[in-house]
Amino acid sequence: MSFINYSSREINVKLVYYGPGLCGKTTNLHYIYKKTNPEAKGKMISLATETERTLFFDFLPLALGEIRGFKTRFHLYTVPGQVFYDASRKLILKGVDGVVFVADSQVERMEANAESMDNLRINLDEQGYDLDKIPFVVQYNKRDLPNVAPAPEMEKLLNPRGLPAFEAVATTGVGVFDTLKNLAKQVLFELKKGR
Amino acid sequence: MAGSDLVMYEEEFRSVDQELQRLQTQANARVVFLVDKNGQLIASAGDIKGLDTTSLASLTAGNIAATGGMAKLLGEKEFSILFHEGEKDNIHISIIDRVILVVIFDQRSSLGLVRLRVKKSSEAFAKIFASVSEKSHKEKAGGKVSVSPFAEITDEDIDNLFG
Repeated sequence: MSFINYSSREINVKLVYYGPGLCGKTTNLHYIYKKTNPEAKGKMISLATETERTLFFDFLPLALGEIRGFKTRFHLYTVPGQVFYDASRKLILKGVDGVVFVADSQVERMEANAESMDNLRINLDEQGYDLDKIPFVVQYNKRDLPNVAPAPEMEKLLNPRGLPAFEAVATTGVGVFDTLKNLAKQVLFELKKGR
Repeated sequence: MAGSDLVMYEEEFRSVDQELQRLQTQANARVVFLVDKNGQLIASAGDIKGLDTTSLASLTAGNIAATGGMAKLLGEKEFSILFHEGEKDNIHISIIDRVILVVIFDQRSSLGLVRLRVKKSSEAFAKIFASVSEKSHKEKAGGKVSVSPFAEITDEDIDNLFG
């Protein structure tokens, strides 16, 4: 749910990174934070456990510039991926404008990926959203590891509708900005259609 | 998409700003700000220099969302008021319809005074946001096609955002 302030000429949109535990959601945000100019980013907030597992959410505000005289701010959030944090995931999804689903390409994580995708659909539905209708991008992360499933197989399992999908290695940044740019584009074009 | 986009028009924004300034003065607060339930900062008043208001807004919304979840588990609709006491600064958080009002105050004020002033301001804010909502509905119902500020954007506009 975007926020449009005609007085200060600002538009804020909320993007959420979703996926199973340890798939690379926080790593995506860390990389984006590292590579964004200081004047374009705010502080990154990470509410995490002592072992650096996301406990509630990560938050990264980006103020990338102006479009048609409107300052465009993207608020990036990640959800905690571990299964038992479902209550928190539901809360973070509130007011979402677009979702990145980060899939862990390791063969042994396919079931977790599928469960997380189902979980996303259910949680969005509870908020009144339809996963088939909102801006959505899939990221196949960890493509550098030796035990990864072939991308076409992952497509069949996780992205049967053939929505935009990107292979990535979030630790080195491969595919990270491509993913974000594509989602931002989808969200902004949705806004273009008006309300 | 669930919920309608929150749109802040110039006139209402001025009213919100004025009421925030009034509240900040009357409550002797350090800072007051309004946050949308999704974590977006709407407006602020007071000494915000050195304060990361963006992060505060996001964390406030997260706080309200988390305690809202707890409330539901207890059979409550929500906890409409939260108070956090610090050594130097305190935070009073209250829910007004779909926005969150945050008051940060120190020993120059008191919880009692803040609660009193917040209660008065809440009525004013509720009226303003009702008017925003009504304006938005009227435009839609009247068939007035609100032109999106992004009506003319192109792929290149978006590519330029990312450098």
